[in-house]
Amino acid sequence: MRALFIMTEQRLNTLKEKLSNFNLQYTDVNGTPSITIPKENLLDVCRILKDDADIKFDQCRDAVGVDRFTKKNRFEIIYNLYSLPNKDRLFIRVEIDGKNPESPSIASLWKSADWYEREAYDMIGIKFTGHPDLRRIYMPEDYQYFPLRKDFPLMGIEGSIPLPNK
Amino acid sequence: MSHTIFKDLQDEKTEIKKTQILQALESEDLSATFDDALDNEMVLNMGPQHPATHGVLRLLLSLDGETVKKCIPELGYLHRGYEKLAEASTYHEFIPHTDRLDYLQPMANNVAYALAVEKLIQLEIPERGKYIRVLIAELARIQSHLLAFGAMVMDIGALTPFLWAIREREKILDLYDIICGARFTTSYTRIGGVSQDITEEALRATRKFIDEFGGYLQECRNLVERNKIFINRTEGIGYMSKEDVINYGLSGPLIRAAGVEADVRRDNPYLVYDQLDFRIPTYTDSDCLARYYVRVEEMVESTKIVKQCLDKFPQGAYNAYSTKKVLPKKERVYTKMEELIHDFMIINFGPNPPKGESYSAVEASKGELGFYFISDGSGHPFRTKIRAPSFCNLQALPVMMKDCMIADTVVIIGGVDPVMGEADK
Repeated sequence: MRALFIMTEQRLNTLKEKLSNFNLQYTDVNGTPSITIPKENLLDVCRILKDDADIKFDQCRDAVGVDRFTKKNRFEIIYNLYSLPNKDRLFIRVEIDGKNPESPSIASLWKSADWYEREAYDMIGIKFTGHPDLRRIYMPEDYQYFPLRKDFPLMGIEGSIPLPNK
Repeated sequence: MSHTIFKDLQDEKTEIKKTQILQALESEDLSATFDDALDNEMVLNMGPQHPATHGVLRLLLSLDGETVKKCIPELGYLHRGYEKLAEASTYHEFIPHTDRLDYLQPMANNVAYALAVEKLIQLEIPERGKYIRVLIAELARIQSHLLAFGAMVMDIGALTPFLWAIREREKILDLYDIICGARFTTSYTRIGGVSQDITEEALRATRKFIDEFGGYLQECRNLVERNKIFINRTEGIGYMSKEDVINYGLSGPLIRAAGVEADVRRDNPYLVYDQLDFRIPTYTDSDCLARYYVRVEEMVESTKIVKQCLDKFPQGAYNAYSTKKVLPKKERVYTKMEELIHDFMIINFGPNPPKGESYSAVEASKGELGFYFISDGSGHPFRTKIRAPSFCNLQALPVMMKDCMIADTVVIIGGVDPVMGEADK
């Protein structure tokens, strides 16, 4: 099988060149390039990724919220970017502290990130600063837990969703 | 007496905190004036139990007369927590759950999931297995688009094309019955192949269906495409500019109806799509009529792909050979010691992938269906994220519905063709 979503060496180098001002870590997700971005640089880097004519990642196709359940940097959000002209895929990730899970929202750049971030907030409990409408998307509005956290039991918490009276 | 009861109720109501969703609807320009009833803007709750919302989609519409001023989709009425369930089950155990994601095309979900796991554990399947998968994935596309076609036309008021489309769809379900033994919840793929080989009888039945399907589809199209009512109800309805379509992250028929030729089958070919000849239908109008045409023409392309598959169908093994990762055949499990041990280990502990992350996506009928796995080296995924196309496409509803008539909302939903099983996970 031809491996999916592999970026050419040349385009990856252009990408690295354009982002050389920032302190970034390059890894790869089973062949697809991935960048770890410090929280404070996220919006600046994203602006370049989106608007630069050579790389042009014009779509944000998904966001994966992760609960690593580690002491340091417990949470992580992984955005799944796609470039329609170059047919490239790129993952950008932000590590988030467990005590104060906050990350800047990129919904101002890619409108699609709006719901993905709401989902990550609902499931993992990451608060996105600057998000236009940060509400829960699946669970009831008054629900108090974050179901995809590792300390949330699989069977749920008894009494957390009130049942109708008989 | 009745007056006081009413007053009590009202007092109680004001005490209840307004839900956030209502607050979001009520901005400053939405203050109610009581002098003239016709000046008021009305909040209409559409769904979750509404026949035209394709399941349990709930829309809050703010209306000015018959014009939709604002629309807020609400999800979560079918949320079953599949991503949490995936963390608690082995990679094999999750396959039946994928049937219930987009339940209009279970086969395509099976294929997408199996491919994603195989990419994670780095397994390559034999040629025959790949052809089987392409065949069932394309049948699934026809199956899903037939319902999208029928339901959209039915929402406009034409019942006959819907019945005819369902008649054809039934034949595909019968084919699934021959191929894997189930009509709806197929669970046909396994990690490293499929559950059983495709028989000659199934191939013959598929060829017979495909040969006849083109004519039947044309019959359905003839009912609709020159119909003035249909064209008036869809042309220019639900328009969304190309920039918006890209910025909202849409994929599948919606982005192709906006003039962007994006298709995972062509851009990042998986299975044997790079050896098959097919066209990607693209329209530029970005309205409901364009979406309709994209879907219908994709069905024609899918029949071409199925025909090519049937012509080229290779002989040989259909499952990958890897004792530690692929389930052995049942008759060998019952007679051979070695296979029994492997079967026990795979079922109980799963195929242990290396530590790491992986993403793989396929082009399902609604758009890009992807699975993101984070593996910690054990038999269970540490995190599974489903990139569901319906979820992402629904986000564009408020843009499409801006300033449309209330009667057009059902057409726009039909044009987006969401499946809530997938959107709500």
